[in-house]
Amino acid sequence: MNVGIVIFPGSNCDRDAYYATRLVAGITPQFLWHKDTELPADLDCIILPGGFSYGDYLRSGAIARFSPIMRAVRSFADGGGLILGICNGFQILTEAGLLPGALLRNAHQRFVCRNVTVRVENNATPFTSAYGQGQVLRIPIAHGEGRYYADPETIARLEANRQVVFRYVDADSNPTAESNPNGSLANIAGIINERGNVLGMMPHPERACQTLLGSDDGLGVFTSLVHYFAHVSV
Amino acid sequence: MISTTSTRCMPYYRATILVTLRPAILDVPGKTVEHALHSLGFETVRNVRIGKHITLELQATDVEHAQQQCHTMSQELLANPVIEDYAIATIEPITP
Repeated sequence: MNVGIVIFPGSNCDRDAYYATRLVAGITPQFLWHKDTELPADLDCIILPGGFSYGDYLRSGAIARFSPIMRAVRSFADGGGLILGICNGFQILTEAGLLPGALLRNAHQRFVCRNVTVRVENNATPFTSAYGQGQVLRIPIAHGEGRYYADPETIARLEANRQVVFRYVDADSNPTAESNPNGSLANIAGIINERGNVLGMMPHPERACQTLLGSDDGLGVFTSLVHYFAHVSV
Repeated sequence: MISTTSTRCMPYYRATILVTLRPAILDVPGKTVEHALHSLGFETVRNVRIGKHITLELQATDVEHAQQQCHTMSQELLANPVIEDYAIATIEPITP
């Protein structure tokens, strides 16, 4: 399967995403440039990587949304194409309206860069099928603006539809206030759209893809994609 | 032929737009500044909110047209309606 990784001015996890996806048998990654107006015809999945696109000016992700490539990304999503937004990519997806809610300044006002534990809340998605339902993963976060916010109706809808895919929990799998690294509502770390083809997450799975680097718990996100495509092409 | 709507003859306006986090949302920088003001001796200070003050100049046929454009740009980009409110504080013609 072909994965396109978009490089915006200020992206800084594009190489990590490339490295991580290349580790997975069955994925051929390639870079896409933010000024491109058309996507390669054989693309199966787009990754919007982490970083500080356009210097986080105005709001994180607010300007990247107007990049020439985003029109193509939107039609790709409308056509059912898979999109994975990691960290700044998640912020871009909310700004673009491809995912509900917004990501606010961390409640404690600090940039936080450390490993956290997140629970897989829904393994029936193209991005999480390699995990067990309720499996707890150790994956790093690195952000200053990761506090997920949406109005109460939206949160209720996300919960009811099982659109909350990852939740911050403690080592015993409890979503406590202490295990919430940024003040996100309902300890939300990642959500998927209603259709189930656009996922946004603040933790960095691409930075947890080899035990040598501390954890390979993030690899499942990418192997899930391969499983998904092996399955749909049968 | 110069059309009557040509921008060449439209006057410029200077607008000030204020963007603030919605009241229900915790304003972390505001809270931090509030604590600092307490440390400075202003113990009665509360509800510090920090927003963005955006000024810009634009051409429009009249004030209403300028206002209408400012509303559109605020809704589309300058403010995120999920978390922020905006207000057009001033719009004034720029006198040459």
